Parts: sequence; structure tokens; C-alpha cells
Amino acid sequence: MSELEFAGVSVRYGGFTAVDEVSLTVPEGEVVGLVGESGSGKSTLAQAAVGLVPVSDGRILLDGTDVHRLRPRDRRVQMVFQDPYSSLDPRMSVGESIMEAMPKGAYAGRDARRREVARLLELVNLDPGRAAMPPRRLSGGQRQRIALARALAGRPEVVIADEITSALDVSVQGAVLNLVRDLQRELRLSMLFISHNLAVVRYLSDRIVVLRAGRIVETGPTEQVLADPRHPYTRELLAAAPSRHTELLGDDDSDPENLDY
Amino acid sequence: MRGFGARWPAVVRTPVGVVSAVLLFLLLLLAVFGPVVWGGAADAIDTNALQQGPSGAHPFGTDALGRDILARVLVATRLTLGLALLATLIGVTIGTVLGAAPSVLPRWAGRLVTSAVHVAVAFPGLLLALFFAVIFGVGTTGAVLALGFSMAPNFARLTQTLAASVAGREYVAAARVSGVGRARILFRHVLPNIAEPLVVNATIGAGGALLAFAGLSFLGIGVQAPSFDWGRLLGEGLDRIYLSPASALAPGVAVVVAGLAFNLFGESAAAALGHRARFARRPESAPVPEEAAAGPAGDAVLVVENLHVAFPGQAGWTTPVRGVSFTVHSGELVGVVGESGSGKSLTALAVSRLIEAPGSVTADRLEFTGTPLLSTSERELRALLGTSLSMVFQDPMTSFNPTRRIGGQLAELSRQHQGLSRRAALARAVDRLRAVRITEPERRARQYPHEFSGGMRQRAMIGMGLMGDPRLVIADEPTTALDVTVQRRVLRLLARIRAERSAAILLISHDITVVSQTCERVLVMYAGRVVEELSTVELFGAARHPYTRALLAAVPDMDTDRDAPLAVIPGRPPEPGELSGGCAFAPRCAFATERCRDEDPVLAPVSAGHRVACWHPAAAGGTELETATAGGNE
Repeated sequence: MSELEFAGVSVRYGGFTAVDEVSLTVPEGEVVGLVGESGSGKSTLAQAAVGLVPVSDGRILLDGTDVHRLRPRDRRVQMVFQDPYSSLDPRMSVGESIMEAMPKGAYAGRDARRREVARLLELVNLDPGRAAMPPRRLSGGQRQRIALARALAGRPEVVIADEITSALDVSVQGAVLNLVRDLQRELRLSMLFISHNLAVVRYLSDRIVVLRAGRIVETGPTEQVLADPRHPYTRELLAAAPSRHTELLGDDDSDPENLDY
Repeated sequence: MRGFGARWPAVVRTPVGVVSAVLLFLLLLLAVFGPVVWGGAADAIDTNALQQGPSGAHPFGTDALGRDILARVLVATRLTLGLALLATLIGVTIGTVLGAAPSVLPRWAGRLVTSAVHVAVAFPGLLLALFFAVIFGVGTTGAVLALGFSMAPNFARLTQTLAASVAGREYVAAARVSGVGRARILFRHVLPNIAEPLVVNATIGAGGALLAFAGLSFLGIGVQAPSFDWGRLLGEGLDRIYLSPASALAPGVAVVVAGLAFNLFGESAAAALGHRARFARRPESAPVPEEAAAGPAGDAVLVVENLHVAFPGQAGWTTPVRGVSFTVHSGELVGVVGESGSGKSLTALAVSRLIEAPGSVTADRLEFTGTPLLSTSERELRALLGTSLSMVFQDPMTSFNPTRRIGGQLAELSRQHQGLSRRAALARAVDRLRAVRITEPERRARQYPHEFSGGMRQRAMIGMGLMGDPRLVIADEPTTALDVTVQRRVLRLLARIRAERSAAILLISHDITVVSQTCERVLVMYAGRVVEELSTVELFGAARHPYTRALLAAVPDMDTDRDAPLAVIPGRPPEPGELSGGCAFAPRCAFATERCRDEDPVLAPVSAGHRVACWHPAAAGGTELETATAGGNE
């Protein structure tokens, strides 16, 4: 299994710096939760790790090797996307989508590949009989499981999950989160779990990284960051996070009178 | 290419589609068998019947060599269609290759191809064809190549545009991440997904090619004697049009009919594949038994009783809101929670009279500050709703007109509904922007929506609602597009408006935690119904409906046990068309019995201010949830 390391990574679009010298490590077999608001650079960081956006500065290393040198045949870093309605090709059966992501030559013959598809579908708690279905006949939660199965088909050592529950209905989010947790533990995956929802990140992550405006403002073990946040922005995120014991509307004099948020 | 043909049968469900399809089929038959059947007659020279007019033996007369014109027109079908299709094939092939090339080529080469196509598109097609006819020489080969090449640029650009839109989809990104090569992405992901519009356009293009080819032959730079196509026959017939109009008429009609057949078939295919739905008639709405909400209350701002919202679809009417009843009192903060498709947003739109035809809204009672919304005239309502009801939508970017200044957009309301002068309205707008805590409101009022951040736009939107004197603010997922820290400020702003102006607030959200932290009373909606109504104080301890309880357990919050799996609601919410007679939640409910599957429970009071629609409500005060934690298959 592997360790993913971001070493001073910057991503710039023209004059705009989306990610600014971010250094963080996803240790072997651990889940690192990345929280931050929209525009904080979370998704850009994820896309850089899988080669969808070029890195302007710094390096992203998988066990010490620059991931941009691994591409495109190496599939050890995989990603699950936010929207399961657009991340599966509507023209391909879910089985074909999964098969496509398998490493070339890893399975001899069509039968072996088909067996692997069945195994992956069972791994994500879906009936292997669904392999022949087009994605449109599946619900959002089921599609997200397929997307997970496709990521796993590449036999990844690191999985990047970018807001994978935010497009799902609340009643099926729990099932997907449970699945992600079980799979991560079972397969000892290293995982970068990205979400704007602190409660979701808290539930899954061993460590939390707080990103703001492209920079890391706080990082540490989950309990520690939540129990004793050091950065004011982390405190603000915590105060705004969904919790049944706090009042969102409670009087809070720390709320600045005028803030151009 | 699985599923590719699935929607094509819909093409022939329209009258135009059927007629054009039948015509195309007949033309095809004619092209195949015409020369076999009438080939002899078309070439039979009859010196006794030169240049005759219509007669029994020759319905459209004969030509200069006494050959039967009808037979010649029928026989010419094969050559005419063949050449037109060949030209289309050339055009489509070159066009698709040029259009798809930029997605596989290195970036600089791709740009070169794109620019070349853009330049080529600027030339008029027929001019290009004439130009090519000169290069390739007068004759069939030249004309076919010329037409094919002149079709290519437009087709290339269409392909490029479509391919670019597909290339931006996440499944292409996903394929790239899994190491799929560019060529394979093009053939497996991009081309299949743009095939339908390409085929449709090729069909229409074939009609165009047919007409253009007839034109070239007519001008004498297409098919040369002794071969003949419709264009050539038309040209020959036209010389004698005053003597024998029928000789020009027959090929003319053939060209028109064939051209129409291709074009109309293409159009019907485009319509059918583009899902232009046709509507069935609205059925009589069945009254749904439901106990009416509490009687008229003195300070009720909004009274909704047995509200139905229905939309026509291809398979008949669907009713996404099925008998919703509730009351909002002055100064109350009421939350509506439900998943997508539960009908919560449609309920809000129905209340603000924003459901447009062909949607249909019915209710036993729908009153806003005592005014019935369904029976009052539009004109009177506009003034009332314009000043007393305000809506805040999810996406503040689309709620403002991007080309106008914020201040002007706010002021417009007061000028229309309250008759204020321009200056007074603008002053009021600045004042309201200040009220929603926007800094430097004078300067901000002169800015455009894109100069505001998301949170500021949402506050400006709320400020717009305050231009009048709102008795009710309906906020539909007002913070879903916003970050959590901004969300808190927007919610606080809403709460302050309620406190300062004693306006009622209806907060619609998919997030039960946010609602529980904000509101006093919650309506839980499922599949178009209110399944439970209770105070937020009771929500975590005393919720009775299995759905409410499951929803609370399924969503992680900051207090969730990290070591235990999350509760799971098996299955998924039903589509509006999938409902049977029983409780809509029954298929996903661990406590469902025979009765639940047969009879739909009504929303009935269980205690003061607490209503539940369930045959087996959980015991009140039950502590930990006994939710359905069936294996996570949905």
C-alpha cells in the first residue's frame, strides 16, 4: 500500500492561484479529510493528484515517485467524482464502464474480466446482475457505488473522493458513507476524502486538513482539530457545522457586523 | 452503442414522422427496383411519339427522343438518391473526422484544424460547390466531391461543438483518470454520445444535398448525358415548359417530395430525440381524504389545505404534490424538510403562484393573509404578492438579472408596486441593502450581480424581499449553494427579519439538521405529502414517523458516533408515477404491514401541535432509534 504526498503544490490558472504551496501527506491506510469552502482549492488539489490539471509548482509523490511520471498507464491513484449522474457514460453498461478501468492485460480473457466485474459489484453491495444495465436505470446511490467499483477496478492504492455524497439524497448518503468506510478498512486504502461538510469528514477521517483560499490553515488528528481548533477559521467552520446541540441562530457577538461574505 | 436505438421508435409516433418515414421507405424501394422495372421503358426511343404531351400511354408526356418521362423520373430516383447520399457520406465523414480530430491531436494541431474549419464555414456552400466543380471538372464525380466538401465544414463545426460539450463531462474525466487513451475516449465515450444529433443532422443534410445536386445538374454542371437524374430531367423539361408543363412538373415534384421527406424525417427525429413532450389531457383530480388542518386562526399568514400540484407528462399526469395541508402564523419560523422529489419546492412555488401552465394547482383552501390565491384575479394578486410575499431561491446568481445594477433591480419593485419615484425607490433600496448588512450600500447598489459574492447576492435577494413589507418570506434552499459559515449568517439574517418585522418565514431545506437548528416547527415531506408535523423541540426525542426518525439517524452530524455504522434507509424515494394506493414510505419501512401497503394513512393529530401520517407511529418519547438498518442495498 502507498503513501500520497503533496510537496509544496501550487496550481495557477493565469494570474489566479487556486492552490498555494500545499504540503500534506496521506499516510498509508489512513483517511485524510480535506475540508474547506467553495473556492478553497479542494477539488483542484484532487484533480492535480490524478493529472486532470497541471501542477504549476511542487510535486505530488506516490511512494516517492512523481505521479505525473506514472501516467497514463499506472492506475494506483484513482478518483471518485461528485456527481454520479454525470460521471458514468450513459451509452455504456455499468459493467463496460467498470471493465474499461481495469488495468490492461491484468485479466486473461473476457470471462475473467466479467468475473472481476461481478466481484467488484458484490464488493459495493450491488447485485452482479446489474452489470448489463445502463446507468439510467440506477438510482443516485447505486450509481455512486458503481463509480466506486470503477475506481476500485484499477486496483488503486490511493483513492481520492471528491464530495462523493453531496449530490445524493440524504436518505442514501449514509449507505454510501458506510460503504466507503468498510471498503477503506477492508482494502487498507489510503484515502483523501474531500467534503465541505465537516460532519461527514469527521465521521470518516483519521486526520483533518482545513483549506482556505488555496492554503492549509490547520491540520491534525480529527479529535484534536475538533476538540481544540487553533485557527479562527476552523472555529468558525465548527460553529457553523450541523449539530443537534447547538443553535445556529444563537447570539454570537463574535459575528462581525459587516463582513463582505 | 447499447440503447442507441431505444428512442428512435418515438420518431414515427408523430403524423409528420410517419409520413416522412413512409416516403423515405418508398423512395428507397423505388431506387432499388425502379431501374429494374422501368429501365426498358425509360430508354425505349419511340420516334413516333416525340415531345408528346400527357396521354394515357405517357401520363407526363415524352421527351425529345420519345422516351416516357414518368419512367425516366422513376428510374432517375436511384441515381439522384445515390449521388445525394454519396455526397452526404463524404461530407459527414470528412466533417466528423475534422470535428473529432482536435480531441485526439496535439493541442497546436487541434487549434489549426479548428481555425481552418471556422474559415471554411464562412464560405457559402453552393459557391464552394461551384468552385470545386471547376477544379474537379464538370461531371458526376466533380459534383459529388464538390457537394461533399462543401457540406464538411458545417458538419465539422457541429461535431466540434458537440464533442467539446461531451468532453467536459465527468465520465470523460473519469475515463482519463482510469488511464483510458485519447483515441479510445473519442470512440467509446465522445462519438456514441453525440451520434444522435449527428445522425439527425446528416438526414437533414441529405435532403439539402439532394436539392443542391438537382440544382447543379439543372445548371448543367452535374450529371451529364446520357446519364440522367431529376435535376437534368428538370433542365430538359424546362426548355419545353410552355409546350408541355408536365415534362418539367414530374421531376420537379420528385425533387420536392424527396427533399421534404428527408428534411421532415430529420426534423421529427430531432423533435422526438430531443424529448419534446406532447401532453395528455388533465384527468379529474381525485379528492384525497385528509383531515383538514386546524381551523381558521386569527393570525394565520398562510393557510394551505389539500394542495395538489400536477404536471402533464408523456405517460399521463403526474402529481408531485398530493394533498398538502399546513398553516403558517405570523412571526413563525417553519421548516419544510424533504428529499429531492418530495414536493417541497413545488409547494412553495404553488403558494407564490409561480407554477405555470401546463402545470395545474388545486386546493380546497389556499389563502395568503386571508386572500384566496386561486380565485383572486391576477392583477390584484400581483400587488399583494409583490409587496407582502417574498421568495428567496437557492441560486442567487440566477435570481438577478446579470446585466442590471443591483440597486436598480431592487428599486424596480417599489416603483411598480408602491408607486415610488425613481429617487425614492433607489434610496429605499440602499436602505434595505444596509438592513441586510451589506457594507457601503450606496456603492454596492451601483454594482452588478457578478461583483457580489454568493453570500452577498443571497442577502441582496433577501433585501429585495424587504422592499415591500413582507408578511411571509419563503426561502427555498437559500443556503444550499453557500458555504457553511455564510449559511449561518444568512439564516441569522432571516431570523432577525422575523423578529424585527414579525414576518413569518417558511424555510425549505433538504437538511434536517439545519432546519432543526433554525426553526420552531417542522413539516416533514415525503413523496408529495406531509408525513409529520412537529415542533423542533420534539424532533430528536419524540418524532413518531419512521421516515423522520430514519432521516435523523441517516445524516451524520457533529455528534454522530464515529465507530458505529450510519443508519440506512433501504431503497429510494418513489417517482411520482410509481405510487400505489398505500403509504408511499411502506416499501422502505421496517414497520410496514399489510394495511400500510393498502391504505394511505392520513395526517392526524397525536398531540398538541404534532401530526403524523402513519398507521404504526413509533412510541412517543422512545429514546434511541430503532431504524431500519437493512444491509445497504437500495
